[in-house]
Amino acid sequence: MVSYVIRRLLQAALVMLVVAFVSFSLFRFAGDPVNNMVGQEATQEDRRELRERLGLNDPFPVQFGRFVVDALQGEFGISYRLQRPVEDLIAERMPATLELVLVSAVLALITGIPLGVYCGIHRDSWVSRALLTVSLIGVSLPTFVIGILLIYLFSVQMLVLPSFGRGEVVQIGWWSTGFLTFSGWQALILPSITLSLFQLTLIMRLVRSEMLEVMRTDYIKFARARGLSNRAINFGHALKNTLVPVITIVGLNIGSLIAFSIITETVFNWPGMGLLFIKAVQFADVPIMAAYLTMVAFVFVSINLLVDLLYYAIDPRLKVDRGTAAGRLS
Amino acid sequence: MAVDVEPRRAAASDRPKAPSSALGRLLDSDLWWSFTRSPVTVTAAVVTLAYLLAALFAPLVTPQNPFDPASLVYADAFTPPAWTEDGMARYLLGTDDQGRDILSTLVYGARISLLVGFAAVLFSAVLGISLGILSGYVGGFVETLIMRTADIQLTVPGILIALMIDGVVRVQVGGEMDEKLAIMVLVVAIGISDWPKYARVTRGATLVERNKEYVQAARVIGIHPFLIMLRHILPNVMGPVLVIATIGLALAIISEATLSFLGVGMPPTTPSLGTLIRIGNNFLFSGEWWITFFPCLALVGLALSVNLLGDWLRDALNPKLR
Repeated sequence: MVSYVIRRLLQAALVMLVVAFVSFSLFRFAGDPVNNMVGQEATQEDRRELRERLGLNDPFPVQFGRFVVDALQGEFGISYRLQRPVEDLIAERMPATLELVLVSAVLALITGIPLGVYCGIHRDSWVSRALLTVSLIGVSLPTFVIGILLIYLFSVQMLVLPSFGRGEVVQIGWWSTGFLTFSGWQALILPSITLSLFQLTLIMRLVRSEMLEVMRTDYIKFARARGLSNRAINFGHALKNTLVPVITIVGLNIGSLIAFSIITETVFNWPGMGLLFIKAVQFADVPIMAAYLTMVAFVFVSINLLVDLLYYAIDPRLKVDRGTAAGRLS
Repeated sequence: MAVDVEPRRAAASDRPKAPSSALGRLLDSDLWWSFTRSPVTVTAAVVTLAYLLAALFAPLVTPQNPFDPASLVYADAFTPPAWTEDGMARYLLGTDDQGRDILSTLVYGARISLLVGFAAVLFSAVLGISLGILSGYVGGFVETLIMRTADIQLTVPGILIALMIDGVVRVQVGGEMDEKLAIMVLVVAIGISDWPKYARVTRGATLVERNKEYVQAARVIGIHPFLIMLRHILPNVMGPVLVIATIGLALAIISEATLSFLGVGMPPTTPSLGTLIRIGNNFLFSGEWWITFFPCLALVGLALSVNLLGDWLRDALNPKLR
């Protein structure tokens, strides 16, 4: 177990180093940073001086080392377009994105799992057939199309929900939250539905197929023979054993929720990191791109690591070796 | 998943002799048989074919060339679809802000979307299959390097990688791209974001094939490893690749549309379906819903029918379901 954890940690560090290298190459080889920072009227002397001050004349490994050290302290330089430190911009935008992702993930879980269980137990009922068909259409619907349709229905036709922004936010320290105001929740409804729909169909289909698999096993038959209630069998025995793959997928998908929030944020003009990033791509604002890439990669790697480690906590079968050694195998 | 598993037809011995022509063989195959048995699949295939034909012969089937300024009537801008009160029979689905016929822009847009989609699939398939066969056949360090890269890349959503690549090119050219460059960048960006799937599948299939007798025989008579991979292993790993490629086409079309919608794909001068949705989205609030609605519909129709075809192909080629 310990050696496994260490190996995974080293792997994660290696991946992060590779990502840092890619981000750094963005800086180094994509356009001249000095040109991006000084105006047209700067003299050669100014440029040379700035070049020296920024350490751009140092050898490549030295510069890369400095980039990594800075990145570890959360410093990514100054945005070319907005002329402000990137870490401030990201800190400002992060709460919006994380709140959106959190609500979407919860939404996808609390609707996806019950629907999946239902479809798994009543596999031939027309309701589950209809749900499956709808979910296939859902997979083919791009996120932004869902968003546009929702906006048209609820904001343009019915005029009941806002179509852009976060509503009123309350500042708690550096964190701005939309959870504490009515308009904040109103503004969250459409974006979170848009973002969660794809994950919802994914979770539903996964839980369904896992349930179908588990329901065929001997221990479920045995549980029935023991005369346990359907409820105890379905939720206590069957659902519990489908959770490992579900947790993997959900965990890994929190990362993709952050990535897909780029699209949702664009559709709903949600002032999060995704919107910041897409503007950076459009205007070739390298520092923000590099910071976003590094940060998202960090989230991905941490989640991957966490999911792998969670396996041990959730699935007792993986602990078998230890269990037998301690004589606790029941 | 959409296809019901039908009872298999009579055993091979009862079958009439296999016809010799290629078309005859196709009509006699299991694949064709399962195809005709699924009305959903047939519909999906017909729809896909209609898209392909319309895109291919766009100038012939559209009432107007939307990119020829001479054919545009500016006074006709914002005409709603023909069946509404203010509609004109000339513009079946209405016109946009510049007086372009929506139906015509759709056909031309689908043309770009399909072009980028097919090219991206081809790009990622060639890249993924080459790397997959190479790592499966050679093994060792090469295999570890390629497959670990694939693993790492698979944990990051493709759209993010595509966005990154697009961003890098934008930095190099300083923001704006012309249409030829935009198409190339989209193809490469989407292609690179999708190669690990092909690499994984082909590597798996190659590991099985390389130990079979025909490969060993080829090796014994001294055929160059490159030729063994190309002529002997490649044709035998194409089955599963076909399934991924079909589903990959739907994915690539959606990715392209998404990038264009985000404003980092095709420029408004040569719009794809995604660009059309982006443009139309600006008029959603002023009530001109048709400018964005029909491109959305066209995109979903295309993606859904290709997805259904892929689903069917996966079930039909899956030996476990036979």
